[in-house]
Amino acid sequence: MKVPIDITINGRSYQRDVEPRQLLVHFIRDLGGLTGTKVGCDTSQCGSCTVLLDGVAVKSCTCLAVQADGASMTTIEGLADQGTLHPLQEAFWEKHGLQCGFCTPGMILASHELLRHNPDPSDADIRHGLEGNLCRCTGYQNIVRAVRHAADALAEK
Amino acid sequence: MATRLFGSGIRRREDPRLITGSATYTDDLALPGMVHAAMLRSPHAHATVGAINISRAQAAPGVLAVYTGKDTREGLQPMPCAWLVPDADLKVATYPCIATDTVRYVGDIVAVVVAEDCYQAYDALDLIDVEYDALPSVTNPAEAARAGAPQLHADVDKNQAFHWAVSGGDVDAAFKDAEVVVKERIVQQRLIPNAMEPRAAVAQYNQASGDLTLWNTTQNPHILRFLNSVVTGVPEDRARVIAPEVGGGFGSKIPVYPGEFITVFCAKQLGRPVKWNETRSENYQATTHGRDHVQEVELAAKKDGTITGLRCTVWAGMGAYLSTAAPGIPTILHGLMLPACYGIPAVKEDVYGVYTNTTPVEAYRGAGRPEATFMVERMVDRLAGEIGMDPADVRKKNLIAAFDDGHDTVTGLTYDSGDYPTALEKLLSHADYTALRTEQATARTSGRHIGLGLSTYVEMCGLGPSQVAGAIGFQGGLWESAIVRVHPTGKVHVFIGTSPHGQGEETTFAQIVADEIGVGADDVKVIHGDTDTTPMGWGTYGSRTTAVGGAALAKAARKVRDKAKVIAAHLLEAAVEDMEFVDGKYSVKGSPDKAKSLADVALMANVAWNMPADVEAGLEASTFYDPPNFTFPFGAHLAVVEVDPATGQVDLKRYVAIDDCGPQINPVIVEGQVHGGVVQGIGQALWEHAIYDDSGQLVTGSLLDYALPRAARLPEIEVLSTVTPSPHHPLGVKGIGEAGTIASTVAVYNAVMDALSPLGVEAIDMPFTPERVWRAIQQATKGH
Repeated sequence: MKVPIDITINGRSYQRDVEPRQLLVHFIRDLGGLTGTKVGCDTSQCGSCTVLLDGVAVKSCTCLAVQADGASMTTIEGLADQGTLHPLQEAFWEKHGLQCGFCTPGMILASHELLRHNPDPSDADIRHGLEGNLCRCTGYQNIVRAVRHAADALAEK
Repeated sequence: MATRLFGSGIRRREDPRLITGSATYTDDLALPGMVHAAMLRSPHAHATVGAINISRAQAAPGVLAVYTGKDTREGLQPMPCAWLVPDADLKVATYPCIATDTVRYVGDIVAVVVAEDCYQAYDALDLIDVEYDALPSVTNPAEAARAGAPQLHADVDKNQAFHWAVSGGDVDAAFKDAEVVVKERIVQQRLIPNAMEPRAAVAQYNQASGDLTLWNTTQNPHILRFLNSVVTGVPEDRARVIAPEVGGGFGSKIPVYPGEFITVFCAKQLGRPVKWNETRSENYQATTHGRDHVQEVELAAKKDGTITGLRCTVWAGMGAYLSTAAPGIPTILHGLMLPACYGIPAVKEDVYGVYTNTTPVEAYRGAGRPEATFMVERMVDRLAGEIGMDPADVRKKNLIAAFDDGHDTVTGLTYDSGDYPTALEKLLSHADYTALRTEQATARTSGRHIGLGLSTYVEMCGLGPSQVAGAIGFQGGLWESAIVRVHPTGKVHVFIGTSPHGQGEETTFAQIVADEIGVGADDVKVIHGDTDTTPMGWGTYGSRTTAVGGAALAKAARKVRDKAKVIAAHLLEAAVEDMEFVDGKYSVKGSPDKAKSLADVALMANVAWNMPADVEAGLEASTFYDPPNFTFPFGAHLAVVEVDPATGQVDLKRYVAIDDCGPQINPVIVEGQVHGGVVQGIGQALWEHAIYDDSGQLVTGSLLDYALPRAARLPEIEVLSTVTPSPHHPLGVKGIGEAGTIASTVAVYNAVMDALSPLGVEAIDMPFTPERVWRAIQQATKGH
């Protein structure tokens, strides 16, 4: 049995019929065709699938698509404003906050959530705030620098 | 173009697509008519396989096919082992893609389902009934080598995959004459590489033409195309292998796996594109693991701290089958490095490769060298403790003096260049080692346990020449290739045979080419990972992409520059001998105003209206570069920890890394490689451990149970460097991908043991979980 749902992603409505068991991340990737959101694990540990659901960062592998019916979401594809990179994207680029790039979309959106709660975080705040996201390439150091850099850039705005 | 790009920390050119979610990894592909495969894996560590009933699965919604080992016996040849280490009595056990009569580890594939979508495929897996008859199993390599242990393969006595030995110098005399001997049994626990992108494959096969396209999460697409022809029978000229964006590898994406070949098989049978992607938990069972050594080590020395000999026996767990490059890891890449940065004059090692009922073991960042560095650096600290000398002083006493024209070791290597004492001195001075020792002593008086751990290392990258590959049984070459092609507008395509997957060579290689021929980095696009468009190459692993591929590229670019000079001379009506290449322009010596840019030359070369006599049209060059020797990066690392004896908690307070990879093309990228490498090594020391229970179940079977380094548990890594060029590399560069991991595990280990030394704790098996540390403290203090 399929259920009709309507989820707005990056300002565009996606009306699809889905199985109730379908994970939100698969809705985004397979039905929405937005593959920037990654699946890195199956236990909600890695955070690669992090998206903003009604403005709040969630791990989209831990939500069912039907739970997001009627919601408005932002994925990594929707973060830049008409081609202008978001300060977090700029900062990850500027500070070499990524290597293979697989964790990066989730890491950027988790950082977005972190800065929403704490616009002026210390390095320790950033490290704690990103506990739910794993990166195997960077050792996190340049990610911390990137988030700090983005916080400064956003403060200047 | 006055500014040299070599040495500049420019932003990475691969990043815009990665930070916007517009990059395409294998699992992001969607092809018309694509269907999904899922693998049924053995839940037993060791069992005979009886009847398999697939009828319920076949009838399940959306299912197109179910194949078992019987179905694939003709179409899929056994998995190849491609590093046949000689003189080691190597026994390569048959490794079928899909098990037929026996499963030998939890994760061995017994069937594959193909369905319209992945949910349906996974549903159908549950409907396959397999009759297993469980057999006794063994997972510890030292135990598997003992008489009476369960036997994995009928034709492999005592589970011994190989026995390899290396020796140099008079070890017996060194130990007979030794004033001091220190011994230790070290367990290099099994690790799970955990590239953040799980493995995946998409296979598209045209049944009419016989053409295959295989997208795969591989570090070496050309090797995959080669071995795919062996296993699936699709000839190399009919197969195109593409490594699209690849999300990290750390060695686990070097080998070829049954998964991708089964995917090809399904695509051939069904005539529809097939995607297979593993879950993380499946990755834990089915993607290769790393390390897994049990090491018995002895070091001989004089009382003044002079090291005279090293003797060791290693049992290396290989898993249930030999993975593609596995036999070379605990042998060639391990034993040959034992003279270390001290030039130990007498070395003997026996390595027993042992089959166990576990996931196959392969290269994992550092691959053999962390295990070697650990043995030596741990024993140096033990020696220091034994003779009451500071570990820094023991190292100073033994380090090879600076050299720039080769140092021969007793294991037959020639280190290219090195200045180990300077690296150590710089480390001690930057960290203020003396002050740290004072702080430690003060802390001890108030019951606090601070520890300092040093690690000085040399490692080998950029293996070569290919003649050596033949001698060490590597079933491939060790050269690299590059093509530099300049288009009419002066824009440049670079095609390389290596296959970066996060290391940033789209940027660093553009920097190399830009300087060599006179364009901007943004004028150069580096193309890799597609066997139809790139020249043959052996892939990205062993820190070889820049060490070998970068050399190939520099040479190809220089050929372009030489040709450009000839054409520019012709255009300027000057003699070629009078030309020079200055500030990125081709000019007449002494007349900088009479100059041509690369774009000027490229236009003429491509339209070819007015070419010099005997010069071909076009501006393009290719090189196959076979290195004359390995490169040998080195460095010195320091870890500072504090241990809480009440809880066993280890707090890593400070980490300083000095690495020498020769001249740095992009210091920001180098620093990033060090950060990541160091943290992976710290992970081994403090948290990571793949644990099998007595029945062979992987109890750390998901990210819930296997502790990866997380941001909040780490200090800021202080990264410094020295610069000692390799004398034989055209750019002097050596490689930096693995250095951090090679040095850091033992630095942290030594620091913890230093912290615990007043309590009488001598050894703890890694990782240093609070429980293990606490128990060791309890045991040691009870004995006092």
